[in-house]
Amino acid sequence: MTVALELDQMILDIAAIMIEELKLEDVTPETFDPEIDLVDEVGIDSMDLATVALVLRDKYAVRIDEDDYPKLTTLRLISEYIHRKLVARAA
Amino acid sequence: MKTVSSLLDVHWYERYKKISKLNIRSSIYDVTNRCNLRCKGCFFFSSDEHKAAPEENNIDRWEAFVESEMARGVNLAILIGGEPTLCFDRVEAFYKRLPTFCATNGLIKVPRDRFPDMMIGISLWGDEEDERILRGKDTFSISSKNYAGDPYTYYLYTITPKQIGKTERIIRKIQEAGLKVHMQLLSNDEGVSGFHWKPEELTAIREEMDAMLDAYPQTVISSKYYHEIITTGKMMGRPFGWLECPSVTQPLDKRDPAPKRLTNFIRWASDLKTMHRCCTSETRDCSTCKDGAAHMSWVMVNKRAHMQTAKDLQGWIEVYEMFAKLYQFLPW
Repeated sequence: MTVALELDQMILDIAAIMIEELKLEDVTPETFDPEIDLVDEVGIDSMDLATVALVLRDKYAVRIDEDDYPKLTTLRLISEYIHRKLVARAA
Repeated sequence: MKTVSSLLDVHWYERYKKISKLNIRSSIYDVTNRCNLRCKGCFFFSSDEHKAAPEENNIDRWEAFVESEMARGVNLAILIGGEPTLCFDRVEAFYKRLPTFCATNGLIKVPRDRFPDMMIGISLWGDEEDERILRGKDTFSISSKNYAGDPYTYYLYTITPKQIGKTERIIRKIQEAGLKVHMQLLSNDEGVSGFHWKPEELTAIREEMDAMLDAYPQTVISSKYYHEIITTGKMMGRPFGWLECPSVTQPLDKRDPAPKRLTNFIRWASDLKTMHRCCTSETRDCSTCKDGAAHMSWVMVNKRAHMQTAKDLQGWIEVYEMFAKLYQFLPW
């Protein structure tokens, strides 16, 4: 599997986690816009992000530093953050 | 999926954009254990918080403490007491470094040459009669002279059940003094006879607060949704109380499940080491707490819960704007 495909799949997986954990309505992993601003548009706050970060830590064994929360404003940015750490660990 | 832009028209979306990035991170500081008044119902004294810790007297330690608070991410210092104006050097330690709000009873005038744009909230507990019963004197006659026309000062008018039908006279007096006013409700921590809220009184005062906002929009800093929350004690059908309060000191907060809360919020005692449980009295019954800032914060930290309808989200925006104005993150 290519790195690009891995990232695309990761976006879908993390979308599913966010929908489940934050009880987001009227959205599926496939329809979740990875570019949408999670804070400004979806209303997600740092506590929501912390909830998601715990699940991501269990699933990927990657810890999201709390200082990085303000930078992780979209589903794509979160996915790329996790992906980057996994690639670095595998290298 | 419901999004902010799908719920709001252009006008409301513009208002939303002005607050969406403010990211206010407040904490509360007891500047001193002393006060020049002893008010019946003041939670600080009624719950013996003035004895919780000895004051730190070394100003260098205050300055270092403020620096450490900034490093912790605090961008709004809310100074309470005791009476902060008894210790201007400590107030200055905050004011020189970060946005600062100072609560006071208004008896001592904050020197504007030293604190030119510090936001000041003067406590007021009703009309002359209520003030004499609860505070021992009519403070308004002094504070309104000290601060007349000050653009960075407002009255924090704590309404008591005895004020029903009388608030307009107070609002007018404040308007005539060239000042603004924000309204909240007395929690009556010391059970002063005749000052407990009855359900029908809360309904009546909500109508009156709404009417004051309509009649004096340039003087009253408030919102009708806030009036609803503070008088009903409910938000989206959920009752306010210990399990919902957003203003619990974070390191002491062991609640499970954790409610939405203020990030990194701490209320510090004046030894700069001791933490109080929450923004108000530890002995207060949370289910009847009427603390205005706690109720505002309760709304503000629950943004996503207000994304069901445009009306809900507009109510959230109005409360956020009100908070931002009261603490100088938005102009009046």
